[in-house]
Amino acid sequence: MGLASEKTPIWIARDFSKCSGCRRCEIVCSLFHEKRVWPEASRIRVFMLAPGIEFPHFCAQCEDYPCVQACPVSALSVSKETGAVIVDSSACIGCGKCIEACPGRIPHMHPKESKILICNLCGGDPQCVKVCQEGLWNALRIVPRGNYSYKLYARTPEEIARDLAVKIFGEDGERYV
Amino acid sequence: MIRGYAGKFLEVDLSTQSFKEVEFSDEVLGDYVGGRGLATKILWDRLGDKWETIDPLGQENLLLFLTGPLTGFFPGGRICVSGKSPQSNGVVGSTVGGEFGVELKCAGYDGVIVAGEAEKPCYIFIKDSDVEIRDASHIWGLDAKQTVAVLTRECRELLKARYPQKGEWKEPSILYIGPAGENKVRTAAVAAKWSHAAGYGGYGAVMGSKRLKAIAVKGTGPLPEVADMEGVKALMQEVCNNAYESELWRRWGTGSAGYEVGAKTSSEPVRNWQEEWHDERSFGVNEFENRVWIKQYWGDFGCPTTCLKLAVVRSGKFKGAITDNPDYELQAYLGTNLGIFTPEENVYMASVIDDLGLCGIQTGNILGFAAELFQRGILTNKDLDGIELKWGDAEAFAVLAKKIAYREGIGNILAEGTYRAALKIGEMKGVDVMPYAVQVKGVGVGAHGIRSEKDYPEIYSYACSVQCGDHTSTACMPLDDFRSELMMAFHDSGVYCYFNVFGLSRTVVFNFYKAVTGIELTREDWVAAKAMKIIQLQRAMLLLGGPDLKWNPEIHDDNPPRFYEPMPSGPYKGKKIEKARVDEEKHKYYELVGWDERGIPRSETLRRLGLDDVDKALEKLR
Repeated sequence: MGLASEKTPIWIARDFSKCSGCRRCEIVCSLFHEKRVWPEASRIRVFMLAPGIEFPHFCAQCEDYPCVQACPVSALSVSKETGAVIVDSSACIGCGKCIEACPGRIPHMHPKESKILICNLCGGDPQCVKVCQEGLWNALRIVPRGNYSYKLYARTPEEIARDLAVKIFGEDGERYV
Repeated sequence: MIRGYAGKFLEVDLSTQSFKEVEFSDEVLGDYVGGRGLATKILWDRLGDKWETIDPLGQENLLLFLTGPLTGFFPGGRICVSGKSPQSNGVVGSTVGGEFGVELKCAGYDGVIVAGEAEKPCYIFIKDSDVEIRDASHIWGLDAKQTVAVLTRECRELLKARYPQKGEWKEPSILYIGPAGENKVRTAAVAAKWSHAAGYGGYGAVMGSKRLKAIAVKGTGPLPEVADMEGVKALMQEVCNNAYESELWRRWGTGSAGYEVGAKTSSEPVRNWQEEWHDERSFGVNEFENRVWIKQYWGDFGCPTTCLKLAVVRSGKFKGAITDNPDYELQAYLGTNLGIFTPEENVYMASVIDDLGLCGIQTGNILGFAAELFQRGILTNKDLDGIELKWGDAEAFAVLAKKIAYREGIGNILAEGTYRAALKIGEMKGVDVMPYAVQVKGVGVGAHGIRSEKDYPEIYSYACSVQCGDHTSTACMPLDDFRSELMMAFHDSGVYCYFNVFGLSRTVVFNFYKAVTGIELTREDWVAAKAMKIIQLQRAMLLLGGPDLKWNPEIHDDNPPRFYEPMPSGPYKGKKIEKARVDEEKHKYYELVGWDERGIPRSETLRRLGLDDVDKALEKLR
């Protein structure tokens, strides 16, 4: 993405139907942020509410950032450079208000510490996209951020799973979720 | 403590509904690694002195679910299932892909040991160190897809209710049985993700005998500390880079073999192995890819190959059948072996077998056996409750598969597996049907014939394997050949997917082991000492056998009779295996692994490996 001063806001475009369910994104995300292989502490988590319809669930960077607005202690802010939600872990009290505010219930608590986990786009160089691209699955791709309705991608795992099941298994696919 | 291990195992006694944590010393973990290796050690220590009297389907048997130190780190997650096998009456290390092993380690356990027998159907729910035995009466009887759907919903609700404020709970990873396991069918699998299966060994029946419908685990911790994280990361990348280069392997997995192994190497089962050749291009990988695939890449934890594919039949008679696209083994056993040569029918068969919780290889073997008996007029449609079991009739085979899973009519006999069914049917009909049973020591052989000698197993490989007909554990020489069962025992003990090893230098797995555990392990040391010990233990328990069957190596270390018949068609028409050659090779192999001329491990071999008690137990066989 070039030098920090030249950064343009980015977004991770997602094609869930291409997700192989390999969870390489979870592995590199947790290695990058936690220095461990730690699927539950990954900022991107692959859900499998039914086999075959795995999909990564992670921050969509809504234009109005309801999570940031809901934070009672101002622990969340928006990066001017990337557009990502930044968590100030020392300020976060683990109250979960951001989870309730998120239309996709995407933020989740760190499994060992009382702090919320939200994708920060790795400062503009998302590791998950790298491995997804490297593997040629192309479920994740970096695109420049523009004036689009990103909020449409902030959906709960159930909502995503039901739609994907229909897309992948056919009209009665929902019954498997 | 050795790195890479969570350090403790969960033991659940279903009879007393109690739990405890069990630890193994660094010495034991260092010697037996995990998975298949550790299973042999646990089974010998706990059940060895009464092995011959233990009924695999009785409450004394132990059911083991073991990870290995490499689980979660080496790309391609798996878990090893073991216990006394209701097929071979020995020990089979049977692995299944998926996230279960990784979740279990994240929950803080290297494995689960299940003892006893529950009074009522139950499932085990593990959330980190919170473990519970829960009622499963509402899911008992459900098929694979329903079981997974109900349990996924139920467990997520439980997690949400008990551990609120965490955000959305990801689903736990689930191993389960279908109706076949519940009914103690000896070809039942322990399954995951609708269509993944630990099939060899028949451990689905052991799970059913314990009335254990499923185990669901959610672990929230990290994988254990490793000795050298930078090394592990570099090796992960090396394994991935290697996989990315193999475009056709990634794209087709073993699926291209469904046509090729028949047409090119003539070693694919066709109509119960009456032939090993076919040239049905309708069964080519291109047809599968274009007609039924809805997902080209589907994989398990950390996998760069994603050789699995998702298939759905979208129109016609079998509309709605869903499965992970049959791999080579199931294209063969639920396709060509039954005279089925269209992707739609093959996917339908695989979907039926998955839903019932049967092993596709073992059940395909027995369905083919039954169809040949029908072809020969030994089994009539009256014996089969009206089923016209003609080659290629997927619907007829599906009906029979259901009868097997529910032990109805003839299904009750076939549910005993090919060998035991052959004994019963032979007695019933007064005809020797063993010549049509393509199995070795109770295990239907994998879909790789040996008559053409153009595919991988050597002519003695099934005959001498400690896992009998298992095509992933073949006896071959030299002992450190990458295909030999001593090397395969490393993959099954480190517990990761062998498919991600293809194309790599053989030392990569040992380098990986060192980076994770901190222990230097050479191929020489593994083969000559550690794997050797595992193989001797497996051999000893196989030969001790019991209670219903015992194997005499002089009779049973042999190929199925069919492999001695000349091939009737194809480029290798007329070719067969000479028994004298098999005997000669077999004895060379015995010599190399330290068995006497009768195939019994020698005292000196066992004592050199520190297995004095095994030596003592084998005295009675000498």
